[in-house]
Amino acid sequence: MRSLLYLFTALGVIALAAWAYRENHLTQSAMNERSALEREISNLEGSLRIQRAEWAYLNRPDRLRELVDINFERLKLVPITAMHFGEIGQIAYPMPQFGADLGETIEVFGAIETLSETLEEQLP
Amino acid sequence: MIRTPLRPLARVLQARERGENPDLIERENRRLRQEAARDQARSRAETRLLALSLLFMCAFVVLGARMGLLAATEPMEVSRGASEDISSARADIVDRNGRVLATNMATHALYAETRRMVDPEHAAQELARIFPDIDAARMVARFTDPNRRFIWIRTRLSPEQMQEVHDIGEPGLLFAPREMRLYPNGRMAAHVLGGASFGQQGVRAAEVIGVAGSELFFEERLRDPARIGEPLRLSLDLTVQAIVTEVLEGGKRVLNARGATAVLMDVHTGEIISLVSLPDFDPNNRPPPPTEGEPADSPLFNRAVQGYYELGSVMKTFAVAQALEDGEVTPSTMIDTRGPLTWGRFRIRDFRNYGPQLSVKDVLVKSSNIGTARIMQTIGAERQQEFLRKLGLLESMPLEVSEAARARPLLPDRWSDLSVMTISYGHGMSTSPLALAAAYATLVNGGHKVTPTLLRQAQVRPGEQVISERTSQQIKLMLHQTVQEGTASFARIPGYPVGGKTGSADKPNPRGGGYKQDAVLATFASVFPSHEPRYALVVTLDEPVDTTGPEPRRTAGWTAVPVSGEITRRVAPLLDLRPVALDTANATLLAAQ
Repeated sequence: MRSLLYLFTALGVIALAAWAYRENHLTQSAMNERSALEREISNLEGSLRIQRAEWAYLNRPDRLRELVDINFERLKLVPITAMHFGEIGQIAYPMPQFGADLGETIEVFGAIETLSETLEEQLP
Repeated sequence: MIRTPLRPLARVLQARERGENPDLIERENRRLRQEAARDQARSRAETRLLALSLLFMCAFVVLGARMGLLAATEPMEVSRGASEDISSARADIVDRNGRVLATNMATHALYAETRRMVDPEHAAQELARIFPDIDAARMVARFTDPNRRFIWIRTRLSPEQMQEVHDIGEPGLLFAPREMRLYPNGRMAAHVLGGASFGQQGVRAAEVIGVAGSELFFEERLRDPARIGEPLRLSLDLTVQAIVTEVLEGGKRVLNARGATAVLMDVHTGEIISLVSLPDFDPNNRPPPPTEGEPADSPLFNRAVQGYYELGSVMKTFAVAQALEDGEVTPSTMIDTRGPLTWGRFRIRDFRNYGPQLSVKDVLVKSSNIGTARIMQTIGAERQQEFLRKLGLLESMPLEVSEAARARPLLPDRWSDLSVMTISYGHGMSTSPLALAAAYATLVNGGHKVTPTLLRQAQVRPGEQVISERTSQQIKLMLHQTVQEGTASFARIPGYPVGGKTGSADKPNPRGGGYKQDAVLATFASVFPSHEPRYALVVTLDEPVDTTGPEPRRTAGWTAVPVSGEITRRVAPLLDLRPVALDTANATLLAAQ
């Protein structure tokens, strides 16, 4: 009985040791993965920062102003002044739009035919 | 322990006499004994179980606490370039709308390890080809010097240069990662940002440290590892800053001014929306401090913050405000303006003769030196100092740039009665454009002291009450009338009523004694919209001349006012201001009196 107990204890120790060894390696690989990910994140952040800096550089007010000047013919952008403000009442109320032009042929289904039949029936 | 016998003789004998079975006694006693033993064993086991469970509980509590702690700590991310105890990380600086003003960029430095070099001469020639300012012969000498093992060649490389150096194929030329401070908008807001440079340098990283402006002022905040990812948000508006710079640059060029500065401030929060000082510089490539000439002529000099000048008539507003606040006068009180006003050997004159008397309102509108001096005579030195101190004009005006604390106003050694009078119209005491903007903001926002700030404010925190609401209303009307009837007609902007006061001060002679001929500092301090001011704008031009007329004109009305008016015309629509008719503004102002 006692020897059985010893056997099981010994087996338990071996099993636990194997488990601890495995956990240790899993932890290490997880840490490696973590640092690889961190490196990747910081690289990505670095490139993100460069993108953001480039965006800011390309959108710097001086350059935008030059672009506006160059493309004045097409865009006709001018600095906003008090003259560009208006009252709500100055905006024309949009007229309702008619979808179909009445001059063209209209395709109609169903009802007209029955209507014409009934009309024919009524004719003398 | 007294052990009870299982078969006590006395009881066995008694039982036998009674004819009972004595075995029953034994059995009974055995039962009792077993029960006692069982109870004891149980209590012992219970104690052990309790101890064990306590132990386990402790262990689990420790584990649980540790897990909780791990779960509660913020996830940490390594920042780039943090090694060798030198951290090059630095938080971005953005404007009030989140547009980038300063950021960090990864780049590389170039160094040589001479022991690893294969062909120093070829390397030196190639380097001289890539970098024209490198002298090949000297470089060879440095490479082959047996006492040198390590040489820094370049602190920053562009990607193209790096590739070219790489293509030399010299194993002794090595790259060190660097973080570089980048100001994508170039010269924009240069004086606010200041600039950055390298501090401690190692092979793997180099410190990026601020050298001036807010970069230096917020050094700790920007390098605080916990707040690296959180950009520092300034109160500046990049678009407005760009427009103010553009207009001011144009004005400076047309009027041949030596320098120019503009400060645009929110009158309620004290937020600086725009701060421009010309000439300016590129913070990406900060010039070295000047070694000769006047420091004030250097592009590094921040005229708005460091430039304490005698600003002239713009100071009259403070004299009038104080007299109104102290109840000495009302806007319609008549003041004797017969000149010249003689005080000892000193004579005070007006720009032109305004007749025998003017109302207090007209003293300000027509800008009469004599009138202002007379108003101030009744108030005296002590009360004048007290009032100017409350407005913050007697100390250096605080602002979150490193230069602000070092600049101080120049005050008279002895505050005599004559000083009282000259200071009332802006001579004998120096003020910076920034301090002037803050003081005007204080006068028109209902009388609450304004402290300028470069940080975006979430809400208005009203400061100490300096003048009453009523006086503030009266000053607003007078400033409005000064523009509509007086010296600042060029500031009449359709849609945006402006209130303000001009000032044209002769510049003091740098060699001491008296004032320069034909050198004027023209200032226009304005607030808009004048009926319920939201912004204060101070424009100062250094030695401007308007040459469009038959003779050169130097007064602020012909120089600073048109520039300031153009700035207002351009920026007001961008500042969330709805245009109003002049009549509406007049009516609002008169109704509030």
